[in-house]
Amino acid sequence: MNKRNLLAVAISASMLLMYSCGGGNNEKPVTDETPNPQPAATTEAPAADASAAKGVGKFKTVELTHPLDEKMVKAGQSIYDVKCSSCHKTTDEKLVGPGWKGVTDRRAPEWIMNFVTNTDEMLDKDAEAKALMEVCMVRMPNQNLKDDEARSVLEFMRKNDGKN
Amino acid sequence: MKKLLLIFSTLGVVGLTESCKMKNTDAVVEGGAASKVYVAPGKYDEFYNFVSGGFSGQVSVYGLPSGRLLKVIPVFSVNPENGYGYSEETKPMLTTTAGFVPWDDQHHLEISQTNGEQDGRWLFANANNTPRVARLDLTTFKTAEILEIPNSAGNHSSPFITENTEYVVAGTRFSIPIKNEDVPITSFKQNFKSVASFISVDKTTGNMHIAFQIALPGMSLDLSHSGKGPSSGWFFFSTYNTEQANTLLEVNASQKDKDFIVAVNWKKAEEYVKSGKGTKMKTKYYHNTWNEDTHSATSKVEDEVIMLDPSELKDMIYMIPCPKSPHGCDVDPSGEYIVGSGKLAALIPVFSFTKFTKAIADKNFEGDYYGIPVVKYEAALHGEVQKPGLGPLHTEFDGKGNAYTSFFLSSEIVKWSIKDVKVLDRVPTYYSIGHLCIPGGDTKKPWGKYVIAYNKITKDRYLPTGPELPQAAQLYDISGDKMQLLLDFPTIGEPHYAQAIPASVIKDKIAKIYDINKNHNPYVSMGEKATKVVRNGNRVDVYMTAIRSHLTPDNIEGVFLGDEIYFHVTNLEQDWDVPHGFAVKGANTAELLIMPGETCTLKFVPDRVGMFPFYCTDFCSALHQEMQGYLRVSAKGSNVPLKYGTGSSVAASDSGAAK
Repeated sequence: MNKRNLLAVAISASMLLMYSCGGGNNEKPVTDETPNPQPAATTEAPAADASAAKGVGKFKTVELTHPLDEKMVKAGQSIYDVKCSSCHKTTDEKLVGPGWKGVTDRRAPEWIMNFVTNTDEMLDKDAEAKALMEVCMVRMPNQNLKDDEARSVLEFMRKNDGKN
Repeated sequence: MKKLLLIFSTLGVVGLTESCKMKNTDAVVEGGAASKVYVAPGKYDEFYNFVSGGFSGQVSVYGLPSGRLLKVIPVFSVNPENGYGYSEETKPMLTTTAGFVPWDDQHHLEISQTNGEQDGRWLFANANNTPRVARLDLTTFKTAEILEIPNSAGNHSSPFITENTEYVVAGTRFSIPIKNEDVPITSFKQNFKSVASFISVDKTTGNMHIAFQIALPGMSLDLSHSGKGPSSGWFFFSTYNTEQANTLLEVNASQKDKDFIVAVNWKKAEEYVKSGKGTKMKTKYYHNTWNEDTHSATSKVEDEVIMLDPSELKDMIYMIPCPKSPHGCDVDPSGEYIVGSGKLAALIPVFSFTKFTKAIADKNFEGDYYGIPVVKYEAALHGEVQKPGLGPLHTEFDGKGNAYTSFFLSSEIVKWSIKDVKVLDRVPTYYSIGHLCIPGGDTKKPWGKYVIAYNKITKDRYLPTGPELPQAAQLYDISGDKMQLLLDFPTIGEPHYAQAIPASVIKDKIAKIYDINKNHNPYVSMGEKATKVVRNGNRVDVYMTAIRSHLTPDNIEGVFLGDEIYFHVTNLEQDWDVPHGFAVKGANTAELLIMPGETCTLKFVPDRVGMFPFYCTDFCSALHQEMQGYLRVSAKGSNVPLKYGTGSSVAASDSGAAK
């Protein structure tokens, strides 16, 4: 999903929210490319550059490995199989949550780590995470990953995105 | 306790009528009571109160001082709320030599202790009817182990413990022939015995084992408490029916002026066992254990106990005469004073451990009971509380030198000083109190602050609900000189004994989820990739997963009438408080409630061809209502291939799936 699509989704999600809540504020549309010029209901507009946002949580900087750490990739894959695959595909197809293809381009590694380990606070406070919830309509479960497990999952995502 | 109602029916009605007139609620609840029990929304209570469920067979947990019901823990009865006794994994917990027993009677509770103080690790519970002792794990609030007690009937004086939880005791309320031979009931005196069992508890795992049994002369063991401090090597049991009546006990077991408190020197008993003085006896009893790694219970049948005979083994048992069918048998925090409460007595005798041991040393006996020495009443007596009230039952302690005794007949709690046996204060209860509880009130270190009354009768206390009314608990502030009524609240089942412990001892050790990576249930699905449906003859095992908000597989075909289907549902969630439920239309066994990371099994045998919808029964997310699926059951021999999946895998098979 590129940024433009994400914005479009966010807007339609806002409409959904408006429908269910019966109202919203009267901010201007976030972009003039929206198919239907409805006012946006989100109070916090998505960050201008989503891929730079680091999210809410303890991860401020994540050192990336080059080349990929294959041990972590393997560990990440087994965690994915048990705890993540019910809702996320490795393609770009949305199941319950978004497909993971391209996630490491869309999101900063810190944001991913924070979302995976600090799920509830992210869903409550982070504008990007909130926007996603409006799309998916299910709160991402906190799957209780330890820090090193979250890091392994990130490595698996990077592998899935062809990073090295 | 209902038997007391019968015994005292006439007297009781008079007493009640009187007390209703005199004890007006408005006059008793004083200013400030509301603020003392108000726990603001979102705030925690100060104490956990574990309360026996009596005829419900379960244990309920309340917060104090609010009286809010926090949980019902299933122990000795099936529990539709969470599938206990219904799911395949939990059924062995309720299996006994009599088969599967779905409902028992649960009376007394005891929190495990270290050095005579509550350590908050385990909670022990007795089953009265089909004699058993259970151990509950206070990190999961689940029943971890149930041990059947052979040679027992009516396991009433149980599950009281020694001060380092070395032993849990189980004393039989009914005497029975020791090998349960077929003998005339009227041969009670010759053939019937009262067996007291000492169950050892493993210090690390908590696992229980019947270390030895003592075959006492035929009578009724009623209640018990361990010694502590100086008396810690002793256990005290109250008795009634030392008359050895076998009919109309109401009259025939109330003939003698005094029954006994049986004092058991369990250290001595241990020595006899170690030196081989016990007799190995063949018997049969179930030992059921819950495994937190496999999320399932297993039953083991044990076949032997060691029996000690007190008529041969000296210095192990002594009797202390105690007036009028003693019920409660309570030891004060110092371990020096033993309080016996005669149900029909007009006084409360308090015995001194020092004087009791001196009487033994001086051989100051008034005789013997079937070869067991009976010490002289006066020789062991510290003092008598004179005219305390009517029908004393149980006593708890505040650690400040005071005792609090419940009075069934006069419906009150009486506070008295142990040292000079003087009454200090009394408050009415509404109505007919049985047990009472002070946090830590039977340990070396009572926490004090409150006493809770557990009442048998509620009559006019709550909005009427037909012929069946609730029993109730009442909370009193005991921090001052005068007891102050603060609150009353209805309870689950009929509360007998209870335990209360500061929340801080337990609450930070509570388990929140089951780690999916440590799930060793043989039928676990480690992720959706591992889900499958396996046929083996007419047995069909469905390995299913649940996560917000879908079940995998949610479409199943190729199942036939005559098949036995086992749904093994693994909850893949790893977040606190996200259970999933599982129900199948027409399943006459049960439903499931599956905690995060847990696997539960529901057996389903369809009785007809057709479509059987299934769904999640515990609201889990905004799309909970969508968490559903179909099982297609076809006629035996029909040509429907086994097919299952969720989402695209099923969609792909759609085109060819028509009949």
